[in-house]
Amino acid sequence: MNVVVLVKQVPDTSAERKLKAADNTLDRESVDAVINEIDEYAIEAGLLLKEEHGGEVTILTVGPARATESIRKALSMGADKAVHVSDEAIHGSDAIQTAKIIAKALGTVEYDVVIAGAEATDTRVAVLPALVAEALGVPQLSHARKITIEDTAVTIERVSDTGYDVVKASTPAVISVVEKINEPRYPSFKGIMAAKSKPISTLTVADLGLGADEVGLANATTQVVSFEVAPPRQAGQVVKDEGDGGVKIADYLASRKLI
Amino acid sequence: MAEVLVLVDTADGAVKKSTLELLTAARSIGEPSAVVIGAPGTAAALKGTLAEYGAAKVYVAEGSDFDGYLVAPKAEALATIVGQAAPAAVLVSSTSENKEIAARLAFKIGSGLLTDAVTVNSDASVVQSIFGGAVTVQSKVSQGVPVITVRANSVAPEASTGAAEEVAVDVALSDAAKGAQVVDRVVEAKGSRPSLADASVIVSGGRGVGGAENFSVIEALADSLGAAVGASRAATDAGWVPHQMQVGQTGVTVSPQLYIAVGISGAIQHRAGMQTSKTIVAINKDPEAPIFELADFGVVGDLFTVAPQLTEELTKRKG
Repeated sequence: MNVVVLVKQVPDTSAERKLKAADNTLDRESVDAVINEIDEYAIEAGLLLKEEHGGEVTILTVGPARATESIRKALSMGADKAVHVSDEAIHGSDAIQTAKIIAKALGTVEYDVVIAGAEATDTRVAVLPALVAEALGVPQLSHARKITIEDTAVTIERVSDTGYDVVKASTPAVISVVEKINEPRYPSFKGIMAAKSKPISTLTVADLGLGADEVGLANATTQVVSFEVAPPRQAGQVVKDEGDGGVKIADYLASRKLI
Repeated sequence: MAEVLVLVDTADGAVKKSTLELLTAARSIGEPSAVVIGAPGTAAALKGTLAEYGAAKVYVAEGSDFDGYLVAPKAEALATIVGQAAPAAVLVSSTSENKEIAARLAFKIGSGLLTDAVTVNSDASVVQSIFGGAVTVQSKVSQGVPVITVRANSVAPEASTGAAEEVAVDVALSDAAKGAQVVDRVVEAKGSRPSLADASVIVSGGRGVGGAENFSVIEALADSLGAAVGASRAATDAGWVPHQMQVGQTGVTVSPQLYIAVGISGAIQHRAGMQTSKTIVAINKDPEAPIFELADFGVVGDLFTVAPQLTEELTKRKG
């Protein structure tokens, strides 16, 4: 059971995140960068599958040079090796372009399943796993809270509005996970030391056989025309409950014609 | 006038309000046409409502495989319909499944995808609210037919007469589209309450609620308002309520008309999912709770006295 886990490095959500005025893209330099939180659950899911079925866990990251920090963390959790697609030409790529890059990079490794977090905290588009499945022409098993694999049969519980759907496919397949799936492990000291010598193969767009006109901001299918920092929400009226707090809220709602 | 395709969502066999919002938004770009994709017999009951909200045509792709397999068949059907209609844009409401359908559609037809629009302009450019509402961006698609997912409650639905002329669409699904089979749909928490993603009023409970058994206080308040019930991550992580009720960075993003946060401190994780709500009301015993920084109206007090009093008052005023 060979697993590839897609890992994205994102700006820390506890910092103030910004776009850059020069090209309206995400400012990745001015803030701390971390592994996208849900991706840690994806890594854990991959490691659990390896423990149960054997095989290797490979981390696949598309991102700038700095993303090696996140890759090392993933390796220190127990992944075996990594592929890092890093190329200035990728800067500003949209979700569809990124999915094409990932699909090409997956061609360089052996895998039975690809696992990703369901959503990244920076873009929050939440469609990358579906796009990778589309690009590869393999089944999409997204928003999983549970994964079961027997031979080539993969079954997940996909969270729905009212409960869950049981969805079944054959490998190879692309799975995305939600945070209910497991509790990610912390890297051990031994894991951190071992990660330093685990192989990371770095690939460029050209290495993947993609043209420079297929990636990057200039060729993106969407464009951010302009942006502005939203005016901060003004704090309204706060009252202390004097035994009539509920009534006061009802009065407020009535004054705003909300009831 | 150019057609604008609107993917129809249903709940309990009726058109969802979020679809009526899309039919309204579509009119600013062109002439709305509804697209119904589902099990055989789905469209018949929907056409009346779609006509009332201005659908000129209703494209109908029906077959048992649409519910039997995940996402991919619907994306293929929609791509076929886009090929026939050559629309000016495709609008779908921003649910997790619809976003995946929209993405796969955009990939297939070589178009750009814009997700979670809060405003759709007449040239099919959009306004998006990112970083938990901290930044507003104007975006557009630079190639192909714009495929846009729109957040619920972004537009007020307005009726307008349409012919709702039925156009049957025959879709021959590829084998690749039938890769992920839905073998069971399990309902865990079914109630009469509206779903979180498109509710116009939401009452959410957090750490302060203290336990699963106390969530009845939140539910009673929600029911007095006809609201959906949400929760903060603290409450879902503790297992008091199911994960799908979580509002926030790693849960659902909502922007209802009214959001009532009960016993929720307002950590950034939660704020990222709700701070674009039109009106925010907070009840919390801690006067320093960050939720009060964004609440339009806040009460510092014990939720177990304030919330039931509010429920009682709302019930009384309804007469």
